[in-house]
Order: sequence, then structure tokens, then C-alpha cells
Amino acid sequence: MVEYRMPSLGADMEAGFLREWRVKPGDHINRGDIIAEVETQKGIIEIEVFDEGIIGELLLKIDDKVPVGTLMTHILTESEAKTGMKVGEKEEEKVPPKEAEIEEKEAKVAGEAATPPPAIPTPPPIPVHRIRASPLAKRIAAERGIDISLIKGSGPEGAITRKDVEEAVTTQPRPLSEQASYDAAQQPTPEKSTTDTMRMAIAAAVSRSNREIPHYYLQTKVDMSLALAWLTDTNKQRSVKDRLLPVVLYVKATARALEEVPDMNAWWDNGLQRKKDIHIGFVVSLRTGGIIAPAIHDANKKSTDELMKDLSDLIPRARAMRLRSSELVDSTITVTSLGDNTVETMFGVIYPPQVALVGFGGIKEEPWAENGMVGAKPVLTISLSADHRATDGSTGSRFLTELKKYLNQPELL
Amino acid sequence: MNEEEIKQTVIRLLKNIAPDMNPEELQPDDSIRQTLGIDSFDSLQFVVAMDEAFGIDTPEEDYGKIQTMKSLLEYIKSRMRK
Repeated sequence: MVEYRMPSLGADMEAGFLREWRVKPGDHINRGDIIAEVETQKGIIEIEVFDEGIIGELLLKIDDKVPVGTLMTHILTESEAKTGMKVGEKEEEKVPPKEAEIEEKEAKVAGEAATPPPAIPTPPPIPVHRIRASPLAKRIAAERGIDISLIKGSGPEGAITRKDVEEAVTTQPRPLSEQASYDAAQQPTPEKSTTDTMRMAIAAAVSRSNREIPHYYLQTKVDMSLALAWLTDTNKQRSVKDRLLPVVLYVKATARALEEVPDMNAWWDNGLQRKKDIHIGFVVSLRTGGIIAPAIHDANKKSTDELMKDLSDLIPRARAMRLRSSELVDSTITVTSLGDNTVETMFGVIYPPQVALVGFGGIKEEPWAENGMVGAKPVLTISLSADHRATDGSTGSRFLTELKKYLNQPELL
Repeated sequence: MNEEEIKQTVIRLLKNIAPDMNPEELQPDDSIRQTLGIDSFDSLQFVVAMDEAFGIDTPEEDYGKIQTMKSLLEYIKSRMRK
């Protein structure tokens, strides 16, 4: 039997609110399955499990506050499940941990005041009597102006789940009069909640970083002629859907350079802890303000095509604030690309406990001297922010030099 | 499809890409990407959707021809005639 506790979702997060169980007791689950959805400052996060087995009793109710470390359920073996092992009240007595209990009590006493505003503004309620639907599904339906009574549920006993509502959003016809209010719902929210809570999360993370991490900064420039020519050539043979963006080369080159300079692929936690796997946190900026940096897992092992596919999946989910728990916490380094038509250089703030952040500016045509000749070249500026507790300038310099090497030989990526 | 219908379709597609923006307020000569805050990833998604909606095929070297609403509409019309 494995205790399943609310995982930490990053340096800046202490608790969330349970919004949906995606499993019920007795369900068989595999590694990587999603068992619940928890609302945090970073949106609604899908909580994954990392064990295989049978789900025991669900120990939390919908809308419960879930501090990190709270026991959520047990994962039982086949035989434990067969013997009908009661997942005990004894365990329940032990948890949630003391601090959590206190927090819970305080939250109850203080009522509304202690409850962070929901990440998504609460819309006017739509009557949903006698319809089995998760609170999350009801809320999304109300926000999107979807008539929940017309949706066929696919959950337990025909209950309507978030997925059903989201599918209905794309299929349910809307009368023209409703179009306006639907469109209005897509506008930047007049309520401040999403932006505010996100801002607070970022504020907490960068303040901690600035307080704790002695940053040093390095910068280098790359003539991108070869890389861009390689991209143009590759893209010519592809349909629009399969075309690659320069950012894929940045991610892959970073991953390859980390293989050569593993000290940059690490966490600082009472000392340097090198990480075996290379998970690149990719900064996605949200149009309503704020950023989020989900992990591209095992970036060094993926082809440029696979990385493009990953980005096509991650970016829209990050913007919709629908990420998985592992994507929020696994990153071993951060990559940020400002894109074209922007500034050339950025010196970023490291996301603890990582020890480095690589910034790619916009590609600009610049005079470039080579072999005694000056010409105009598309130039990319790459900057590195690194933790001086973990590495020194020489390591950082070696890393940037490797990164440059790969961008000059895109066929190696 | 007349010009107005093309424009309405383009606006709808842009709204799918940037739901929190107002593409209908774009002036003919505004840079679409800068005005709507669209990044390279969004642009690619837009070209995919545009090609599908109008049954055209936009090569990468033509991206420079579709920077403003005016040039984009011209471009789509000319490709649809082909």
C-alpha cells in the first residue's frame, strides 16, 4: 500500500483546492495516470500518480483545501484490494499533517477571507438541479454559457465531467444572442483574480530567487545563417502543420549542451544535485499577463519533430492553465525565448531550485566580422543566468560555447 | 467567398488563436502580430488554420506577405484564385 499525498507543485505553492476526482475507489491506475484536478495559482493542475495499483478510499472532498503533503488516497496492491483491506481511519488520524490542520482551521475561522480568490472568475450561476456533474464541470459550463442539461455525461453513473463540457463547448450550437456573451467571456477578465494570483505566485518565486541565489550572467552571440538555412530547407519539404520553429533548435541545442556540461542541469538543495534526466522548463507568456514554464520532459532524447509536437501540446495547455503536476515541478533548467521583433538580450531570474536559465533574444541582422571581413548576418544573442553557488563562470562559459556549437551545426540536433 | 466573408473568417481564426484579443478592431495596415501580441507559435497555428479554411497552401517564404490585414486579405484572394 502506498500513501498518495498532495505533491509539491513548485517553490511558490503551498496549497490548492481539490476540484475533481478523476478516479473512484477500486479503479486500476498506472504510472502517469491522472487521479485528480487541483486548482492552484497556476490554474487547474492535473495530479498524476507514479505508482501502479488500485485506488483506495478517497480521503478528500471536492473543494477541500489541500496543503502540500496531505494524504489524498492510498494505492493498493491487487491482493490488498481483494482482501477488502479497509483503508484505515488510523491513517486518517495521522493526516493531514499538523500544520495543515491548523491551516484548515484558520481557513474555516476566517471563512472567505482566508480563501484565495478562485483562479477563474465565478460566473452567474446557471440552474443545474438534478443533473449529475462535477462542480468543475458545472462551473466551466456556466462560464462558457453552455447548457449543461444538454450534455451527455461520460463519468461514473453518467455524471458530467470537465471533459464532457469542454467537448460541448466546441460542438453545442449557440444561438446568436448568446454569441455576444460568450465572446465577452473570452475577453480579459474584468475581475482581477487570475492575473492577481498568478502575479503573486511569480512575485513569491522571483523574490525567493533574488534573495537566495547569487546570480552571475554571461552572454554570447551566434551567427544564425546556417541554422536558419537548415530550417528553411527542412520546412520546404513539410506541410505547414509539420514546420519547425527556431525555438525547437534552441531547446534541442540547450539539451545537447547540458549533456556536455551536466553541472548546469541540476538543483541546488543544500549542495549541487545533478539531475540525470534533462527536463527543460519552457517559458510561455500568458496574454493576460504572467508566465508559466512547463517542463518538456527528456528533451535531449527527443527529435526536433517530437519537440515541436511537445510544444504544440504544451503551449496551448499552459495558456489555458491546464498542466500536469509533473510539468510544473520536474524542470531541471529554464529556457526562455523572447521571439522575433523583440529585444536582443535578456538576463533572467533563475527559478529555484534550478541553477540556470538560458535566454534567447530576437534574431537581428547585425554587422558580423569573420576572417577579416565584415558582413551583415542574422545574429542571435544567448544569455545565461546561473547560480554562483552551484557553478563558476568557466562552467557557464563552457556551456554557452557548447550551445553555440550545436546551433552552428543544426544537422547534429 | 467575397472579401467581407474572407475577412470575417480571418477574424474568427485570429480569435481562436488569441481569444483574449479583438482582431475585429485591426486597422488595414496594423501589423497583425504586434497588435494582437501573437508569437511565432501562434502564427504557425494561424497559418495551419488559414490554409485549412481557405483550401490554400502557404509556403514559409510567403510569411512576409501576410503581416497586415490588408496584405493578408489580398494574399488569400490571390491564392484562392489559383
